[in-house]
Amino acid sequence: MIEVAATISFGLLGLAALLCIVRMIRGGGIADRIVALDSLLLMVVSGLAVQAAITGEDIYLDVMVVAALLAFTGTSMVANFIERRGS
Amino acid sequence: METVASVFLVAGSLLAVLAAVGLQRFDDVFARMHSATKPATLGLVLVLTGAALVTPTPGAVAKLFLVILLQFITAPVAAHLVGRAAFRAGTELSPETLVSDEVEVIMRRPPEHQD
Repeated sequence: MIEVAATISFGLLGLAALLCIVRMIRGGGIADRIVALDSLLLMVVSGLAVQAAITGEDIYLDVMVVAALLAFTGTSMVANFIERRGS
Repeated sequence: METVASVFLVAGSLLAVLAAVGLQRFDDVFARMHSATKPATLGLVLVLTGAALVTPTPGAVAKLFLVILLQFITAPVAAHLVGRAAFRAGTELSPETLVSDEVEVIMRRPPEHQD
């Protein structure tokens, strides 16, 4: 049951990540790209949580905490950069 | 318990797809941020809750709820920073997101003309 749900979930998260990467490539400005990167990292965190749920290993959770923190740090640094330099 | 967790995992992933579709279809940064932050945060919370329902150890549950807490704190701050930076850098708005306010005309009429 949980394996089927995890497979469906991985497929949907992969589709979402693909759409985020398309937006990052097509762009429209640095701000669009950083918004897309932020949601891509959110999907990576979700995928790690699903993997931790089906394997029951703790190591994925540590990676997940670090990825969630790095997403915020990167986004705020690039926002600072845009504000000083202009889009 | 496993059934509930499965439903949560799939629902959270569906919300992630919804956020990504919004990222494709909206026209400017601000509309895209609207779609990227809100459903994605709810989707992450659903996926992490689903994972917390099936993980056996209390430490794993604590880490999952730590990530939920961090996400609730950092997601609005990051969205605010990006939105302010994009606005100050002069990102152009899409004309389709600008609407005229029709109530304002009624509100400015003198009182005797009001119905």
